[in-house]
Amino acid sequence: MVFENTSEVIRAETIIKENGWSVRVMGPPPEIRSGCDLVIEFPLIEHLNIFRLLEEAGVAPLKTVPVAGPLLEPVNIFFTKDFGAFLMVRAANMKITIEKGSLVIVNISGGGCPDVPYLAREMVGKKLDEAPRPRSIGHTLCGYALELAYEEIKRQGACLP
Amino acid sequence: MFAVVGTVPDEDFPIVAGPVSAAGDRLFIDGREIEINRGTAALLAAAVMVSHYMGKDGPEAFLVGDTGYGRGSRRLYGYLEKTLPARRYTSLTFHYIQPDVDWHNRVLFAVDRMPERPLLIADAGFMYAAKMSGQAEAYDAFTPDMGELAFLADESAPHPFYTRGFILHENNRAARLIERAYRHKNAARYLLVKGEKDIAADRSGILETVTEPRTDALEAIGGTGDIITGLLAGLTGVGQDLLPSVMAAIRISRMAGKAANPNPGTQVAGIIQKIPDCLKQFYGNGHLKGSP
Repeated sequence: MVFENTSEVIRAETIIKENGWSVRVMGPPPEIRSGCDLVIEFPLIEHLNIFRLLEEAGVAPLKTVPVAGPLLEPVNIFFTKDFGAFLMVRAANMKITIEKGSLVIVNISGGGCPDVPYLAREMVGKKLDEAPRPRSIGHTLCGYALELAYEEIKRQGACLP
Repeated sequence: MFAVVGTVPDEDFPIVAGPVSAAGDRLFIDGREIEINRGTAALLAAAVMVSHYMGKDGPEAFLVGDTGYGRGSRRLYGYLEKTLPARRYTSLTFHYIQPDVDWHNRVLFAVDRMPERPLLIADAGFMYAAKMSGQAEAYDAFTPDMGELAFLADESAPHPFYTRGFILHENNRAARLIERAYRHKNAARYLLVKGEKDIAADRSGILETVTEPRTDALEAIGGTGDIITGLLAGLTGVGQDLLPSVMAAIRISRMAGKAANPNPGTQVAGIIQKIPDCLKQFYGNGHLKGSP
């Protein structure tokens, strides 16, 4: 399923999973790529049920295309750098840094999509558990990558002394 | 005259085009003020400082508000398609924008219709679109960080988000990533790879690696890469040759980073403030101040 933007993909994914279906967020097949997209891979046999669910929720996909080959998978490798009093995590092209003692987000860097400066403005200076999540206010793949980095640094932050 | 294309994180910000000036922590364009922090504003601030130091005209900017929906970016692409063919610039730098292959190609066609082809520099979202479109070789310089270099090296990735793991694991092997990016025609004439080590490269491989002065905290600070690209935009914009500009941008940005004595929580505005002194120091030390 192809959507208007990444934030709609994230909303749709959440709704579908909450209703018990197993789906995956993946890269679009080459013939429909525009540059900054995600799609939802779902079992074709559930098409009508899932489409109806999303339509009722106001996030109907733009279109549905059959896929024969494997789709691109989102990045799943994280790089962590310990600066002593600060901790940085990078996922793909996005980096998030916290101050260990306070768990305050002190910097967000990397990325190239236009929500990156917006995400930084909204998140920097706030504690990890008080800042808006990238998946809530981001709209692009850079925003989605920052969400992955955010989840990872939150996981690591919970283990800090 | 040179120009910079980018976005600001405000959906209500209309398309503006015109000369940019800077004072304190603000940019001024077409009667509007923009806070200098990260993103295209940081890039422009660095470019303004270069042109001011060189005693030349500052940049023109093409800006629009976009917080990631892509609506502003698409309007700006359309504006560029219509207006660029009548413009004349020494360099044209593309920055934060929603990557869109079709719109990218239309803008590149518009560049082809300009009276003189400017040096083309691409960073951030526009660099992603340039690579995905298969038109990377039309550009004179890309300014990726290491994560973005891995994306350029992965011929199948349409965005850094999809860079394959076996290529990401080459993170510390810049030479291999650079070779792979050129082999698959996904690199510009020059690459300026920003990071703990700054690297200048071309099709032949790494030309120079700069590791000093070393300031580890810079990697975490949002906007440091924008400074380097802004210095490159400014130096080429005032007429300096491309490769010397790449090397100067690397060295001046590292000097400014060191001078700010940052920690990973420092904001980039504190580093931008150091650029004027670093320009004086760099060119006062015998580097050619310059005209073409």
